[in-house]
Amino acid sequence: MNLTHTALSISGQDALNELFNDIKPALTERQALLESARCLYCYDAPCIKACPSDINIPSFITQIHAHNNEGAAKVIYENNILGGSCARVCPTEILCEESCVRNKEAECSPVLIGQLQRFATDNARFVGHPFAREDTTGKKIAIIGAGPAGLSCAHRLALKGHEVEIFEANQKAGGLNEYGIAKYKLTDNFAQKEVDFILGVGGITLHTNKALGKDINLKALTAQFDAVFLAIGLQNTRQLMLANENATGMQNAVDYIKVLRQSTDISALEIPVRAVVIGAGNTAIDIACQLRRLGTEDVTLVYRRGEADMGATSHEQMIARDHQVRIRTWSRPDTIITDASGAVTAMRFRRTHIESGSLTDTEHTFDIPCEAVFKAVGQTLHTPIEDNYPLHVSSGKVEVDKHFKTNIGKVFAGGDCTQVGQDLTVEAVQQGKLAALSIHDYLLPSSH
Amino acid sequence: MADLSIEFAGIKSPNPFWLASAPPTDKAYNVERAFEAGWGGVVWKTLGEDPAAVNVSSRYSATYDAFGNVAGFNNIELITDRSLDINLREIEAVKKSWPDRALIVSLMVPCEESPWKKILKMVEQTGADGIELNFGCPHGMPERGMGAAVGQVPEYVQMVTRWCKQYSTLPVIVKLTPNITDIRLSSRAAHAGGADAVSLINTINSITSIDLDNMVARPNVDGKSTHGGYCGPAVKPIAMNMVSEIARDTHTQGLPISGIGGISNWRDAAEFISLGSGSVQVCTAAMIYGFRIVQEMKSGLSDWMDSKGYEKISDFQGLAVPNTTDWKYLNMNYKVIASIDDDKCIGCGRCYIGCEDTSHQAIKPLAQADGTNKFEIIEEECVGCNLCQITCPVDDCITMVKQDNDQGYMNWTQDSRNPYRDAS
Repeated sequence: MNLTHTALSISGQDALNELFNDIKPALTERQALLESARCLYCYDAPCIKACPSDINIPSFITQIHAHNNEGAAKVIYENNILGGSCARVCPTEILCEESCVRNKEAECSPVLIGQLQRFATDNARFVGHPFAREDTTGKKIAIIGAGPAGLSCAHRLALKGHEVEIFEANQKAGGLNEYGIAKYKLTDNFAQKEVDFILGVGGITLHTNKALGKDINLKALTAQFDAVFLAIGLQNTRQLMLANENATGMQNAVDYIKVLRQSTDISALEIPVRAVVIGAGNTAIDIACQLRRLGTEDVTLVYRRGEADMGATSHEQMIARDHQVRIRTWSRPDTIITDASGAVTAMRFRRTHIESGSLTDTEHTFDIPCEAVFKAVGQTLHTPIEDNYPLHVSSGKVEVDKHFKTNIGKVFAGGDCTQVGQDLTVEAVQQGKLAALSIHDYLLPSSH
Repeated sequence: MADLSIEFAGIKSPNPFWLASAPPTDKAYNVERAFEAGWGGVVWKTLGEDPAAVNVSSRYSATYDAFGNVAGFNNIELITDRSLDINLREIEAVKKSWPDRALIVSLMVPCEESPWKKILKMVEQTGADGIELNFGCPHGMPERGMGAAVGQVPEYVQMVTRWCKQYSTLPVIVKLTPNITDIRLSSRAAHAGGADAVSLINTINSITSIDLDNMVARPNVDGKSTHGGYCGPAVKPIAMNMVSEIARDTHTQGLPISGIGGISNWRDAAEFISLGSGSVQVCTAAMIYGFRIVQEMKSGLSDWMDSKGYEKISDFQGLAVPNTTDWKYLNMNYKVIASIDDDKCIGCGRCYIGCEDTSHQAIKPLAQADGTNKFEIIEEECVGCNLCQITCPVDDCITMVKQDNDQGYMNWTQDSRNPYRDAS
């Protein structure tokens, strides 16, 4: 990664687009063959256990080494049909690659599993679709939400011979892969290519611009379909609950990323000279780094707790530092300072510390002058469901049992909207897949 | 510092590293460069009768290890494709410029007395230090009744060797083909013919790979291929066994051996010498890395000899021969058992799955609380086969530990379990 150019003033769309190239460029064939030779083909491999979607990693790596990219990709897709995007966005440093036994021996360096997964999925050339659907069952399932969980569920149900209709509120399918992931992590319209690949198996109809509670409702869907899978993610953005929160310059990070990702001319985007990012997850890192790439001179990321508590992995924090993002910890938002016109001019923070085990304010405050404040303090569930359809929600997430069943008959749920997992893409894929198998068992209990 | 110089079958050389008769030694330009780089000797690429051989285009192919390095090398080149006269003039000139280096000329003419008589005279006039009889070339030339076609018939080996001894005063080294069933028969024939030394191995009949898109082997000559001669690191074990067979053979005791086959570094050379070789010949390593590789070979051998207190090559030459024996003389009472160092183990489980699936079910996986495994040897089941140690990717993690017992040496000929044991 070469960031020297971020210090230069960027002009013109081409130069800007250049800045949003792949942060981790693809391996060449030679690199992939050499890297794949490092896999020890472990017995009871720790990387498989560490993969939330159960990909047989040693098997696909061995197939890469034997020049069988199709075989490798099929191993990946068998358990994770979004293996292409997961290869790009997974925090492999805390999953498969962290568990690689090569960390422990003299080389002290894991096999680059994520990069190899990308190599396999990018370079597989299938004759037709790699998967065939089982005989038609005549069952119809509605899936609400075309993000990773919904797409994964749709794929598995289609393979089982069911007919699937996906209802997506946005204009495009893909969910966060399309709208939320940093632009330099998923490039070249990858999310849409992946959606096309998934739909290519047949039996899946996609309806876009169909929002739950507006264009469709759960009651009608449950009447119309044999089962419904809710994969609606988290649509609302958590707020700071401070005065002036609607001041000019106050923005939700996810909204800005969405605009950036969908923009056809990023040179036309409004870019603050100085920005403050509040939050400590990957969204906070993503917005901070992308602002730097766009030309914001001064980006400060502020978090109320310490580095060790940050949701973003240490690898992500390192990326932020590489982008010359300043990270300030143990400080919570206190006051939004505006000028006479109602525009943000600075953000005041109050220093915090731990006292008797809990986060406590101190008397110290400091101001960071800025033209924009990006809130990345988390997303929350929004269930636009009819009042007479009381979906059980606990701790802000849809409650499901181990079969991903909600309290409402016929209705299953998975992905970020549920209480399961830590809201990683790969977990959403896994939940979609497992929910599909549960739905299949529910619809055809005698099938095994 | 160790003295690397040798005298092999009467031929003096400043070090034991010679370039084998092969493409690198085809002409003065290459040989000069080799001597400048520090090679102790060169066996000039095989001369034959005029008109000179004609070679095809696309001549080499290879097999590779997991990291893409050449493991085995294959060629379909014939003997020199330059005229005898040019070669002889160049040999004479090079020898004059490099009097301290060994210059041996490889020869191959039809299996008749007069062509041999004729060429031997010509070679002798060049001032070369010796001749090597190419009875090993496995591709192309045997179809014309030469090379391996001679080396595979001990009577021919003996006959041609005798002619050479009769018509030349130069030391005669007979280069043996490995494409036979028992190498000792060829070396005994060479010995009986009066050979001053043998050199081995020549290359092994081989097809390295098939282009599956075009269904043709490599190297590809306009859509067709033919078997070549295999060399490089992959053939070293085969070559070392053949060297040891000759070194141990009482019929040819004391016959100098020039070891050839996959020598790529000082350690390979030391191993061949420990099995009795008096010089070693190299080709593939030079073709892959260039002549400069001899520097590291010489320095490695010298440093190792210093560390062991060997002052000259003959100090360790053949030391491994007495320890290379027949299976029936191995000690039936010797026992080793694998031991795994938990601190070094990285948990890959290869020892376990190899033993469980293919050997003696002597390793037990122990699931740990953190989801990893530890591995434990079941000592009663372990036969000490070394498989776990071989598959383990970590140095010194698995060791084979000698088990103390009161029983002394007892070989199979003495073992009560052997129904054909020697009567005592």
